[in-house]
Amino acid sequence: MDSVLMQEMLRDMLLARAFEERAAEEYAQGNIAGFLHLYPGEEAVGVGVIRATEPADYIVSTYREHVHALVRGIPAGAVMAELFGKKGGCSGGMGGSMHLFDRERRFMGGYAIVGETFPVATGIAYAIAMRELPEAVICFFGDGAVNQGTFHESLNMAALWRLPVLFVCENNHYQIGTEIHRHSAVTEVYKRACGYRIPAKKINGMDVLAVYQATRDALAQIRAGNGPQLLECETYRFRGHSMADAGNYRPRVELQAFEKTEDPVKIATAEALLPYPSSEQIIAAGSDNIERLASYLDRAGHITPGALEAMRQEVKQIVDAAVRFAHESPEPSMEDAEAALECNRHGEVLL
Amino acid sequence: MAEMMFWEAVRRAHDEEMARDPLVIAMGEDIGVAGGTYKATQGLWDKYGPERVIDTPISENGFTGLGIGASFLGVRPIIEIMSVNFAWLAMDQIFNTAAKVRYMSGGQLEAPVVIRSPGGCAHQLGAQHSARMEKVFMGVAGLRVVTPSNPRQAYGLIKSAVRCNDPVFINEHELMYNMKGEVPDGEYFHPLEGSEVAREGKDVTLFGYNVSVHWCLQAAEILSKQHGIEAEVVDLYSLSPLDRKGIVESVSKTHRAVIAEEAEPAVGVGAEVMAILNEECFFELDAAPVRVSAANVPVPYNHGLEKAAIPNAKDVVEAVLSLYGR
Repeated sequence: MDSVLMQEMLRDMLLARAFEERAAEEYAQGNIAGFLHLYPGEEAVGVGVIRATEPADYIVSTYREHVHALVRGIPAGAVMAELFGKKGGCSGGMGGSMHLFDRERRFMGGYAIVGETFPVATGIAYAIAMRELPEAVICFFGDGAVNQGTFHESLNMAALWRLPVLFVCENNHYQIGTEIHRHSAVTEVYKRACGYRIPAKKINGMDVLAVYQATRDALAQIRAGNGPQLLECETYRFRGHSMADAGNYRPRVELQAFEKTEDPVKIATAEALLPYPSSEQIIAAGSDNIERLASYLDRAGHITPGALEAMRQEVKQIVDAAVRFAHESPEPSMEDAEAALECNRHGEVLL
Repeated sequence: MAEMMFWEAVRRAHDEEMARDPLVIAMGEDIGVAGGTYKATQGLWDKYGPERVIDTPISENGFTGLGIGASFLGVRPIIEIMSVNFAWLAMDQIFNTAAKVRYMSGGQLEAPVVIRSPGGCAHQLGAQHSARMEKVFMGVAGLRVVTPSNPRQAYGLIKSAVRCNDPVFINEHELMYNMKGEVPDGEYFHPLEGSEVAREGKDVTLFGYNVSVHWCLQAAEILSKQHGIEAEVVDLYSLSPLDRKGIVESVSKTHRAVIAEEAEPAVGVGAEVMAILNEECFFELDAAPVRVSAANVPVPYNHGLEKAAIPNAKDVVEAVLSLYGR
């Protein structure tokens, strides 16, 4: 694989991690409110998939979409300002963290209803197919979304009409706080595609090169007119579901089992206080996709420790500048809100 | 002006818009090969092919969302939801996606879809096939709601809705597809906002929409012949937005108001019209406005009970007479 591309993907992942960690800090300081769903741990999926797309392809994403937006090329300042709810945000401050949009970059939105994205992405694919264009749609979703009716409705229609859509499951094993073996009878998501005659593959979502290659292969099939494909990327999120979630889930039976020997209040308290793992802990656990790629590039001679450090400094500066931009961006007015609801009018027949 | 049936008017609007613009498509259950439950898309499958007249699976949320997604890229889908009762299944896509996408994208995306659906009470279809859902749709910002009371409006409203960049929900009535009426021979675009005076009068305003316009017109005849009361009938074909100006104008003239609706009274068109009268012209009123609404039960299957639950012209007459203390 092209070493320049690999270094770009490493840079994307470093930026993604730095951006999200900074977003958590800004949330703690009260600059970002509402729900804030962060991506650390899952970077290899978003980066590998979107780097494998063409600029003419469309992205439809979920509420955990900041990194998808960044990799797509939306400036970090516009993303951060949207998280701040400011006018300079990529949705003019009208969307917030869960609704990032950039029509020009074909980033067709972050949507916050689990399962809402399947029909939307399938419809965009229908519009592409009507025009017989060599474009495709990427539809991101989590493991929790596959139990929504829209998943099955959309896979059926996409296969029935051979639509150019790549369904990408970011399987982080938890639907909010419920582990996959407790929410799904079949825990291997890719197998569900069989029911709809859709070719599907399970890949290591911690390995950006594997994700990239699998996406390239799937998109080639789609562009050849062979209809939809599905990729299940196994990954893990290091944080809770959102900033409002400490991540201390535990089945009741499990708690009851511990009750006799340990005080559940103590356990819960201790778990609520669990700090975000340090980079050393993450490296020790061996699952961090960023360290994995960095060390691979180092061993293969594509990047020196010095260059890596320079990259870290560069992304830090980008994030600092993004936060400055967000702070300086004006608040939207109620007139802006009304204009957002009623704009883009052209050639309509109203009265 | 040619006389045609309601379903023919709906079909004509589809045909003209599809002939004009290759991005206009129709989709829904049984609308293609089978021609539609109410014949509203008859013959279009043969004329425009399966890619533009799409027979969908029974997946209301899925195919409504598919139409919405396609509309982001300039496709103009006319989505038929076979019965408004099934529209409940598509609420997520209609409310969360279509109605909000322009707003939450800061104006970057829009969903110019037309969603048509027959609703109302036909004959003994039972609780789950006799829904009156207009009140649900009209309460949502970002969504237009119109409801035709005759073939001319049906034709003209679909034509305008297809050319409008907002999502438009068109509430039709199951009993009206065979209704005959005059439709202009040339192309006609009915306004998506406003109201129409269906009958002029000076003593009382009867507000109706869709099927209840006809109850009001019948009631007005009875009131004129038997009671010497000249009622004005205002057809509220646009439910969202409601025509505040037209409502106030008529009541400022007649000083009395009755609202007839096929739905249960709570949170409905009647409640909204009364609120507007309160806000805009309270001191013009000679009597407190009255609603004529359905009984607060799911629509009964039993013939007698069904008739008793749904209002009619006689109920409207009685409501008017009550305003005069008769």
